[in-house]
Amino acid sequence: MYQAQFDYRRAGSVDEALSLLQENEDAKLMAGGHSLIPMMKLRLAQPPVVIDIGRLDELKGISEAGGSVRVGSLPTHAVIAASDGLAAHCPVLAEAAGHIGDAQVRNRGTIGGNIAHADPGSDIPPVLVLLGASVHLQSPSGTRSVAAGDFFQDLLMTDVGEDEILTHVDAPALGSGTGAAYLKFEHPASGYAVVGAAASVTVQNGRCTAAGLVVGGVSATPTAVDVSSLVGTDLSDDAIAAAASGLDAEDPIGDIFASGDYRVHVGKVYGKRALAAARDRA
Amino acid sequence: MTVSIQLEVNGKPVQAAVEPRRLLVHFLREDLGLTGANIGCETSLCGACTVLLDGNAVKSCTMLAAQADGASVTTIEGLARNGELHPLQEGFWEKHGLQCGYCTPGMILSANYLLAQNPSPNDEEIREGLKGNICRCTGYHNIVEAVKYAAERMS
Repeated sequence: MYQAQFDYRRAGSVDEALSLLQENEDAKLMAGGHSLIPMMKLRLAQPPVVIDIGRLDELKGISEAGGSVRVGSLPTHAVIAASDGLAAHCPVLAEAAGHIGDAQVRNRGTIGGNIAHADPGSDIPPVLVLLGASVHLQSPSGTRSVAAGDFFQDLLMTDVGEDEILTHVDAPALGSGTGAAYLKFEHPASGYAVVGAAASVTVQNGRCTAAGLVVGGVSATPTAVDVSSLVGTDLSDDAIAAAASGLDAEDPIGDIFASGDYRVHVGKVYGKRALAAARDRA
Repeated sequence: MTVSIQLEVNGKPVQAAVEPRRLLVHFLREDLGLTGANIGCETSLCGACTVLLDGNAVKSCTMLAAQADGASVTTIEGLARNGELHPLQEGFWEKHGLQCGYCTPGMILSANYLLAQNPSPNDEEIREGLKGNICRCTGYHNIVEAVKYAAERMS
């Protein structure tokens, strides 16, 4: 289906985009368009005005400083997957970006659009929640940051306000002794994750000192699993399997492809595998 | 409203005024008559509409023509040089990499992007690189052979 008619405005700066947002009620921001255009074709979204922010160089940077990585909202998944800086300091984010869709999708889709759309089968959200990343938003009245765990509020719902632009994401760099991994069970047609598991473990002197597991695709928002039982262990396969089996979702999502119960089951399996892969990289 | 766009398509400058909702694939096919980019699923899954945008493979059904303003677009019509088939086109011919041919332009442009990134891919890398392109004639085996043929010719 064709999208409904809309007016197109191209912003030359973040400030201009913010004023266009203020001037045009119900306007939508578009970067790569890989979430918004499909929604518009289905007429699930019919914004009267589309504000193209895809050319704002100020939002395209990827940098590392002071033990933290900063990713602007506009690098494409392909750029993130191929980033040397992320490979060195936060490889799990690059790994997840490399799993998104296919090469063509990764060449257009952006990290900002991905998380602002907040599809439950998206690969980036569980990784950001795992890392304890912060999402930075700008509005005419200033800037603020939100913890990734609070940013994703419900199915396709985030904390981004109507007058705000997502400018960048900050995530702690992974220190030495820490390994992390993202594994997904992919829908064979759409490329979205049916279930995606992001895990990290820190090992010192052969003992686990910290561990985390966040699973996407099971609930409307990423589901954190309490894997603190791993701390102090040697991360044996049995200990990992027991910890991953703690995945619990009060209201799992289900569809024609995968029921809620099935997603929880697969989430435990992929959680276990992701923890084991993180251990092997630590 | 219309949006004025200027871009390069297969090396030639193009200027147009398009409706904001005009998709790049419709602009190429209907306004420019370049029907090589096919419309398959229209949901960014099948890859039949794949073109190169500034050298990157993209799905032209999920992109506004207005977003291509200032870009350089290559379609299947732009690959042959002076009547000589591109090595990928030759490979698909020699290795029987197509049956009905509907997916072929997209396959070739995705493969072109893949070989630009990785000039000598193995079978697995070719299959991963062409993951965003669906063939419904079950021709993947020969498509992989065609890409390998082209990779050798281009090295």
